[in-house]
Order: sequence, then structure tokens, then C-alpha cells
Amino acid sequence: MAKHTLSVLVEDKPGVLARISALFSRRGFNIESLAVGPTEHAEISRMTIVVNVESSPLEQVTKQLNKLVEVIKIVELDPTASVNRELVLVKVAATAENRGEVLDVVQLFKAKVIDVASDAITMQIVGNDGKISDFLRVLEPFGIRELVQSGMVAIGRGPRSISERSKPVAVPVPPAANA
Amino acid sequence: MSEQQGSGETITGAQSLVRSLEAAGVTDIFGIPGGAILPAYDPLMDSSIRHILVRHEQGAGHAAQGYAAASGKVGVCMATSGPGATNLVTPLADAHMDSLPMVAITGQVGASLIGTDAFQEADIRGITMPITKHSFLVTDPAEIPTKVAEAFHIASTGRPGPVLVDVTKSALQSATTFQWPTELNLPGYRPVTRPHAKQIREAARLMLESRKPVLYVGGGTIRSGASKELLALAELTGIPVVTTLMARGAFPDSHPQHLGMPGMHGTVAAVAALQKSDLIISLGARFDDRVTGNLDSFAPGAKVIHADIDPAEIGKNRYADVPIVGDVREVLVDLITTLRTEQEAGNTGDYEGWVAFCAGVKKKYPLGYDRPADGGLAPQYVLERLGVISGPDTIYTAGVGQHQMWAAHFVGYERPNTWINSGGLGTMGFSVPAAMGAKVAMPDQTVWSVDGDGCFQMTNQELATCAINNIPIKVAVINNESLGMVRQWQTLFYNSRYSNTDLHSKRIPDFVKLADAYGCVGLACESPDDVDATIQKAMEINDVPVVVDFRVHRDAMVWPMVAAGTSNDDIKYARDLAPQFDEDDL
Repeated sequence: MAKHTLSVLVEDKPGVLARISALFSRRGFNIESLAVGPTEHAEISRMTIVVNVESSPLEQVTKQLNKLVEVIKIVELDPTASVNRELVLVKVAATAENRGEVLDVVQLFKAKVIDVASDAITMQIVGNDGKISDFLRVLEPFGIRELVQSGMVAIGRGPRSISERSKPVAVPVPPAANA
Repeated sequence: MSEQQGSGETITGAQSLVRSLEAAGVTDIFGIPGGAILPAYDPLMDSSIRHILVRHEQGAGHAAQGYAAASGKVGVCMATSGPGATNLVTPLADAHMDSLPMVAITGQVGASLIGTDAFQEADIRGITMPITKHSFLVTDPAEIPTKVAEAFHIASTGRPGPVLVDVTKSALQSATTFQWPTELNLPGYRPVTRPHAKQIREAARLMLESRKPVLYVGGGTIRSGASKELLALAELTGIPVVTTLMARGAFPDSHPQHLGMPGMHGTVAAVAALQKSDLIISLGARFDDRVTGNLDSFAPGAKVIHADIDPAEIGKNRYADVPIVGDVREVLVDLITTLRTEQEAGNTGDYEGWVAFCAGVKKKYPLGYDRPADGGLAPQYVLERLGVISGPDTIYTAGVGQHQMWAAHFVGYERPNTWINSGGLGTMGFSVPAAMGAKVAMPDQTVWSVDGDGCFQMTNQELATCAINNIPIKVAVINNESLGMVRQWQTLFYNSRYSNTDLHSKRIPDFVKLADAYGCVGLACESPDDVDATIQKAMEINDVPVVVDFRVHRDAMVWPMVAAGTSNDDIKYARDLAPQFDEDDL
């Protein structure tokens, strides 16, 4: 099975997240990560969904997603032509004795300290999958007290935008209504 | 209707809802009022719309389905919040599976009460999300016209389906103005109906190259109104035709190219044609498991041309060599044009041996049944006679089970939209309310509800609705005093241990008295000698509904049959009898 990253443009309407996540569970697909947020268009939200499936079920899930009325566009991002990032906030145990070691790790990974307590340090790191798992592996021996991770967000490289050609189009009202 | 484009006067959300339904072209609604939807029922009293007060919301939903299936128009049902809305769940799921255009309007508790577990509150939009084409929750009265217009547009275009519009009581009671939209803003909804020319050319090429093609016709052919074009293509090419349970009537049963219905209870000829074909031309069908049997061994030598308006159906179950996204009627028109041009250039398909093979199987293994030795009534005989006496202009609805399969096989269909049943969801109790809806949509056509004694007892309360509202349907209860299809499986697969399938319905209830109690005429028939006279008598009663209790023998089984999960190659045309094919003919 391979990981696929789908960028899904949806109308920013109540219930749309429920609709999409329900579709995944109903059709038997597992979502590995999901991130939702606003876009450059006020009425459009963008979801980045990472799924772990073969390509033929992926085609089916894409088609089913496309059937949802509030889904405007789906693009599968090619990993070689896109950039992806996740954000992790992590709290590790750090005493006066080993705080320096933790700070070395922070520097090494270009992470950032966002809070310090007498016996703990909280850090943030932004990066791709690989960088984050390396970072967490190195922190592990210090004792991870709490960890929170965002879903992955991703964007294509180059000048083009996936939302360029998704301007709303007007649909004529049903003929019955004009009668 | 120009004044309805927007008068600017202040009205209630409820008035706006009724005006919106009028503007959408609604003439009939099936429903039941209740607390949350109550405001809408007041202006409904002054509307041109006929509201038919049913006895159970499920009846309203199935009636809207029957209405839509018979007429092609959007069927509309209405219910209150909570239990009213949840009673619509089965019809919505049914309409979703069978692609019926339907709009359900439900009342919802006031916006400020949502999420508080208020009296009769249910998150019906959430509940119905997976079983509707789309659903709306309207809390702002100004949005009512737009959402109603969108609901009708979505329900009736592309692959048709049910749309739910849940309107809060607060929106219905608030002041607003009515503005019917002139355009709809649905950026994510753009169904493709025009097939791609390249795909059509490729399909035509495969059709000409193939030696053993078959037209696999599904319900989409009926929904798109493509029967005329299907007949033209079939006659142009001479390719044999099979019609699925959802497509019965799309192609005349009397046509020599018609091999019947494929699938678990399909005819030997239809099943064999698909199994042995080298090209399946699928038209608005979806390779359902009840058609394919074990998918891995389904039509192993066939390439597939799959035409469907819903891209997600293409390649879902079976790989499509030539996928064609488009409306079936438009696909057929383009195929006919292309193949005519080829024909004029001297290119025609060579199907002679194949057509002869299919015709041979059809002749050797016709549909048949055994008359009971004790002189009792064979259910198949009842349906055969019903089809002959009532004729092909009649609309037949069915519930689910043995009677449904017998009705699909033995009535004989010549026209689309005359066979209405619950194919995908398999909803027992569909028949009577669907017949009611069909009769409201098509008052000049005779409507026979074919029902089993089990199904009939699930929804027969709508006979009261029919009797009171002058909806004279006719009901043929095929009474074998059991849950017959389940009983058949118990006979075949559970050593004849009949666990909980005996309904005793020849004793309780008395269907003739029940009909009488509902203001209908009740008739009973238990001898083959009386079948014609009883049907004739029922045909003559057109002022009230008629219920005929056909008391048939209980051991009749549906044949042919492919046991669940097995290969279509293992079809039996009677118990322990497998057909033998003369493969040398191919």
C-alpha cells in the first residue's frame, strides 16, 4: 500500500467535514491524516487528506468524494512536485542538568522552544514526515510527556494554483421552476 | 408565476416554503404534519398543491418514490422532526439505491433548541447523510427558496437521487420575503451528460470486432428515458439484450432479442449470455452482486464497455475496458450514429453464431414452473394471468421476495416505468405505498400492487389513504402464509428447518375483512379455475381500491437460482438441475 495525498477544495459550509469523514468510513477507507483550513477564497476550504490505499481503491474514493455536492475539486499531489508540512508541539521532561542537551536537539532540527517550566520544555517543529519522526526519535530518551500533531498540509510546487479554475459556475434552475 | 419571482411582501418562512414548492413545479405531496413542520401546513391549505395525508411517514416516502418512478417527476414527501423524519430513513435509503428523484421536506426543532435533545429532535441531516444525494439544514428563512430550488435541481439531474431539506420551526415562523432564484450556485455539482466522442468510437470499434456481445441494460436506461434509443441500437446491431431487475420494461419482453433478466434469479439465457459473452455493453447498470454472483468468475471472457452517468459506478466492481461517462440516452444516440456510419461503409458485426446460441438457450430453458399436484394455486400462474389480463399499459409495483421475482419474470413488460420495485435496498413493504404514489402520478393507468403476505402486513395501512383520497389501486397479495424467500433459503440451505418464517396469514389476518375494514373491496381466490374471473372482477372495480388474497401453495420456489456467493456458471434452473450448453454451437 502506498500513501497518497489528496488536496480537496470544498465549499465552506456546515457539515462538510462530517460528510467527507463519513464517506471514508462508509466506504471502508482509513484516513491517515486530515487537515482543514481556509483558502485564499473566503467561501472555499481546503482539506489535505493522506490515505494509505492501493491506486484502484483510491480512484474509487476520489470518485465518491467528487460526488459530494460540496466538493469542488480533488487533486492528488505528486510527492516529487509538491511540498508537505506537519506541525508538532511536544513537551519533554528536562531538568536543569539535561536542559542543554534538549536545546541542542532543538537547534539541530531547527525546532523552536515555546515554553519552559522548571522540569519540562515545550517545543514546536515544522517539517515533513521524515524530519518529524527523526526529531521525535531523538527526543524519546528524555521522556515525552505530551505530544500533539497537526494533520499534514501540502501544496504543489511551481506557479500554478489548484484553485485557479474552480470559480463557482451558475447552474440554471430546473425547467419545472420556470414553467 | 411572475409574481412569485419575488413580490417583496413580508411573509412567513412557512409561506415561503410552500411558494417555493409551487415554484419548483410540485403538484402532489405525501406527508403527515407534526409539531415542528406544523407552520408549513397552514399555508399548504391554501396552496394549489395536493397534500395526501398518509398513515405512516414510510408510506409517504415510498409513495413519493412510486410517484417518481412512474412519472419521472420529482416525488415529494413531508414529515415533522424526530420520529416523523426518522420514519423517512428507509424510503430515502431506497431512493438512493435505486436512483429515484425525490425531495423530502422535514421540520426541525427551533434553531436555538438544536443540540439540546429537545422534544422530537433528531439530527436527521446527519442521520441521512450517507443515504441521500444531498441534504440541507435551513435555519435562515431567507434561504428557503434557494435551498428548495437546489434540492429539486440536485434530485432530478445527473444520476437522480433523494435530497432532504430540513427546515427549523424558527425559520418557518420567522418573517421573510420570497425570492425565487434565477441561478443556482453549486460549484461542486456539474454532472456530465455528454459522452466523449473518442470513447464512443472506441466502443463502436469493440462492438464491431466482438463475436459474442450482449447489451446489459440497467435501471439507468429507464431513468434517462432511453427505451426508444435502446430498441433502435438493438435492432440496428442484432445484439442480444438482457434487462436487470431495475430495467424490466426498458426493452419489450416480447422482442425476440430479449433474453430476460440476468442475476441470482435470472433466466438461464440471460445469465448464460453474460457468462459466455466476449463483450458486455453495460448501459446504466452497476454490476450489482445480485447480477454478477461471484465477481471473480463473472463473465470471464468479456471485455466491458461501461456507460453510466455516475463516474463512480464505472470500474467500481468490474474493470471497464471502455468507460463512458454520460447520460445513457445520449450514449445510445451517439453509438447509433457511429454504427450507422460504419454500416453504410460496409462494417457490421458478425454475431450470427452467437445470436443462434442465445436463442437456442432461451428456447431450451424457458421460464417455467410446476403446477401443484394437489390442484392448489401456483403463484407464478397468478402473475402470468395478471400480466395477460391487465396488460402492458398497467403499472405493476412489487415488494421484496418471491412474489417480486415471480412478478419480474411472469407478468411480461413492454414499456418503461411500468415495473416499480425496490431493487437495491430490498425494502419489504414498498409495494402498496409505491402503488399509491404511482396511481397519483398516473391516474389514468391501472396500477397493480403485487405484494407478498409478509410485505403487505408492513405497510397496508396506506389502504386507508387510498380509499379516502380516491386512489383506486389494486393489490394482489400472493399469500403463501410465510416469509417465502427466506423460507426458500431455509429449504435449500438450512435442511428445511423453518425458523420464524411461518406467518399463518391464511388464518390471521383475514385479508378480505381487512380490505373491507379499510373501505376497499376484498376478494379471495384459491383455485386456478377462479384466477381469471377474480382478476376480471378486480379490473371492473375502479372507484375504490381492491385487495385480492391469492391463496397460493407455500412450497413454490423461485427458479432459476444462483446460490449466494457462487458463480453464475453454477446456475440451477430447478432444484439440482443444471443447464447443459451446446458450446459447439459457439
